Amino acid sequence: MKDFATLFRRIDQTTKTNAKVAALSDYFGSATDTDKLWTIALFTGRRPKRTVTATKLREWAAEASGVPLWLFEDSYSIVGDLAETISLILPDAQKVEDRSLTDWIHYIKSLSTQEEFERKEAIVSAWNRLPNEQRFLFNKLLTGGFRAGVSAKLVTRALSQATGQDAAILTHKLMGQWTPDTITWQTLIEDDDPTADLSRPYPFYLAHALESLDQLGDPTNWNAERKWDGIRGQMIVRNGEHHIWSRGEDLMTERFPELAQLKDFLPNGTVIDGELLAYRDGSPLSFNALQKRIGRKTVPKKLLNEAPVVLMAYDLLEHEGRDIRQKAFKDRRKLLTNIIESTPESSPLYLSSNVSFETWQDLARERDRSRELNAEGLMLKRLDSPYLSGRKRGDWWKWKIDPLTIDAVMIYAQAGHGRRANLFTDYTFAVWNGNELTPFTKAYSGLTDAEFREITGWVRKNTLQRFGPVRQVPPHHVFEIAFEGIQASPRHKSGVALRFPRMLRWRKDKPVAEANTLADLKEMLDLYG
Amino acid sequence: MSDVLQFTDRGIYCPAGDFYIDPWKPVDRALITHGHADHARPGMGAYLATPSAKPVMQMRLGADANIETQPYDSKVRIGGADISFHPAGHVPGSAQIKVSVDGQSWVVSGDYKTVDDGLSEPFEPIKCHAFISECTFGLPVFNWTPQDELAQQINTWWSSNKSEGRYSLLGAYALGKAQRLLTTVDPSIGPILTHGAIENTNEVLRAQGFSLPETIRVTPDLNIKDYPGALVLGTPGALSQSWANRFKPSSSAFASGWMALRGVRRRRAADQGFIVSDHADWQGLNAAIAATGAEKIFVTHGYTSQFRRWLEDQGYDAHVVSTDYTGDEDAGE
Repeated sequence: MKDFATLFRRIDQTTKTNAKVAALSDYFGSATDTDKLWTIALFTGRRPKRTVTATKLREWAAEASGVPLWLFEDSYSIVGDLAETISLILPDAQKVEDRSLTDWIHYIKSLSTQEEFERKEAIVSAWNRLPNEQRFLFNKLLTGGFRAGVSAKLVTRALSQATGQDAAILTHKLMGQWTPDTITWQTLIEDDDPTADLSRPYPFYLAHALESLDQLGDPTNWNAERKWDGIRGQMIVRNGEHHIWSRGEDLMTERFPELAQLKDFLPNGTVIDGELLAYRDGSPLSFNALQKRIGRKTVPKKLLNEAPVVLMAYDLLEHEGRDIRQKAFKDRRKLLTNIIESTPESSPLYLSSNVSFETWQDLARERDRSRELNAEGLMLKRLDSPYLSGRKRGDWWKWKIDPLTIDAVMIYAQAGHGRRANLFTDYTFAVWNGNELTPFTKAYSGLTDAEFREITGWVRKNTLQRFGPVRQVPPHHVFEIAFEGIQASPRHKSGVALRFPRMLRWRKDKPVAEANTLADLKEMLDLYG
Repeated sequence: MSDVLQFTDRGIYCPAGDFYIDPWKPVDRALITHGHADHARPGMGAYLATPSAKPVMQMRLGADANIETQPYDSKVRIGGADISFHPAGHVPGSAQIKVSVDGQSWVVSGDYKTVDDGLSEPFEPIKCHAFISECTFGLPVFNWTPQDELAQQINTWWSSNKSEGRYSLLGAYALGKAQRLLTTVDPSIGPILTHGAIENTNEVLRAQGFSLPETIRVTPDLNIKDYPGALVLGTPGALSQSWANRFKPSSSAFASGWMALRGVRRRRAADQGFIVSDHADWQGLNAAIAATGAEKIFVTHGYTSQFRRWLEDQGYDAHVVSTDYTGDEDAGE
């Protein structure tokens, strides 16, 4: 695993994309086929099955390093990464052994059939044979989750450099449901058969946030539609079967049984890009309704009635079995409209209708209606744009509504973990309720590093009380908190829960007495909840 | 038994001698462990420090500051207290301060490390009844790279940058860390350029007799093209500002104990992180505390609540004391 560790270090130590691609490309030029295949799998989120629970790993690591479990746990909460905590806390390896990445993965897989005591012995013995860096990677394999600042896009670029194949073709080859156990390097990468996997989706095209309307030019070149607040997904119908993919490359087919009927109405060789939405009586429900469906593999009948899901179609990527992504948006849209019109009215498939406008001012007014329609804003697409892959500038823009905001008082602070282990970055905020401050949300993001450092110094000097890692501070600093939605929540003292809360601004100009009140929050709940 | 030292809102106070140690608010008489800004603050009526700590303190606090000195390992009586300074190994001139009153000895560690860095006067364990210890890195995940391995890592990084035509930008504290790195690297690899704040400290230390390799101060007139592949030592702050932009192409690195954590390393967005600290690591803290023979331990800055509980588990009478010291290796000096 030495060469894989070198690759990981080269990637991890640089922030420069080119250096990462070069490291990957070097690796793809020299590693064995199975190691390469596993590397691609790991960097695209296809990890080996967990064979040991995180709880056991903690216990064994604490025991092997001679520290009490509570101290291990506290260290973990500061380091923020279990694999890293274990590799840092254990004593140095006694005898170092070099095995390949594939070997270690098989070693880990073989644990699944063993008794617990054998598993423990195998893992502790592996820890004792791996140098620090490799021990961290071994732990990453055990715990899953292999984030290293490498996106699927980077892997694709490097593969393209190493193999001379076109990046778009490789992107397509890497999608879908393969694992290193079910495929070889030859079949996945070298062989030329893009239709081998009927379930394979296309890479999603993602929009950047609009910075200014001025950059768009003539309004007649643009199409506008609502930006729905659901789950972006791709519906694939091929060979009489259907598949639903999320943007995160999750196969979600079974989670939405009501959409299965679409395979009877849609012709074979159809791929639709759209939004999965909870939808009833002619209009979308809020994201909260859909949230109940996310993560459920089987859906009880009651929930199916409460929050039925439809596909709100945005675009057509495959028509009569042909990839039509290079056609102009308006032409793809025409074909999409025809297909949807040919399905029965009762089927759970809708066209995301165009928002008509003549001037940008018209459109701005339409955008202001977004919240009442349960939409997140507008999507602007150039009429002659092709369907690109990944996040690209120029042809597609999202124009989201401004978030809701409230001025709140910081009352607790907690040190962050991982990247922010030595800074106080996690704060609890409160609003006035009479003379009392009622906590209503936490937020972690939105400030600059310099601001976090400034607050960290202040928290150290102004701690009133400690509750474990949490520090109570005097009510002194006011922050403008932005959020995307608000809902009633009996579990919280304030009675509300926010969606995506973050710090928009540090209001150094605002005295604590002028922060918002619980009544203000309740009013927002009535308006937007 | 009354306490030899008390913890007040001005700092650590000795009633028997009527002085403070590393106070954070102005007082008449301050005993100073070392010259870092969180320990040696301006505005004290009189300062007492080691002779080797004085020149840098004078530079930082100004010519008007009244600084007296007391050599290492020699006793002096102030009021009803016997005091002595002992090497802390943190930076050149740094000291632990021992205070004895009526047969009770307490030691204030200041900041310390137990590893000999080749520059600072090496740490000496001092027997005492109560030990007031920092614990900036008081968690078992902090274990430092051995000094020779560290030297090899930095030299390899510098040589390979040089052979590929890049400058090597290394960020480090102006007092202590920078000079430690200067004595760690192999100066035969290439020229060494320094940021003004670091070079000011270098000049003071050289005048005191500390041996540092040859360095070149970066000034607006300096033609950096004359020094291809140079190692460039800057303060952590300077590295993230336009000061560093003139060195192109370059590879950047930080040298700090925090670099042990991958997350922190990544947040600094440097190409390399060298794990090197002038504070004691986990093993160092535990060994130092055991060597004092003290039963009563006060922990000041760092992971205090965890470290206190660990010490209590080990059978010590351990307490947390809240101070204004930061011990923050990342703060730009």
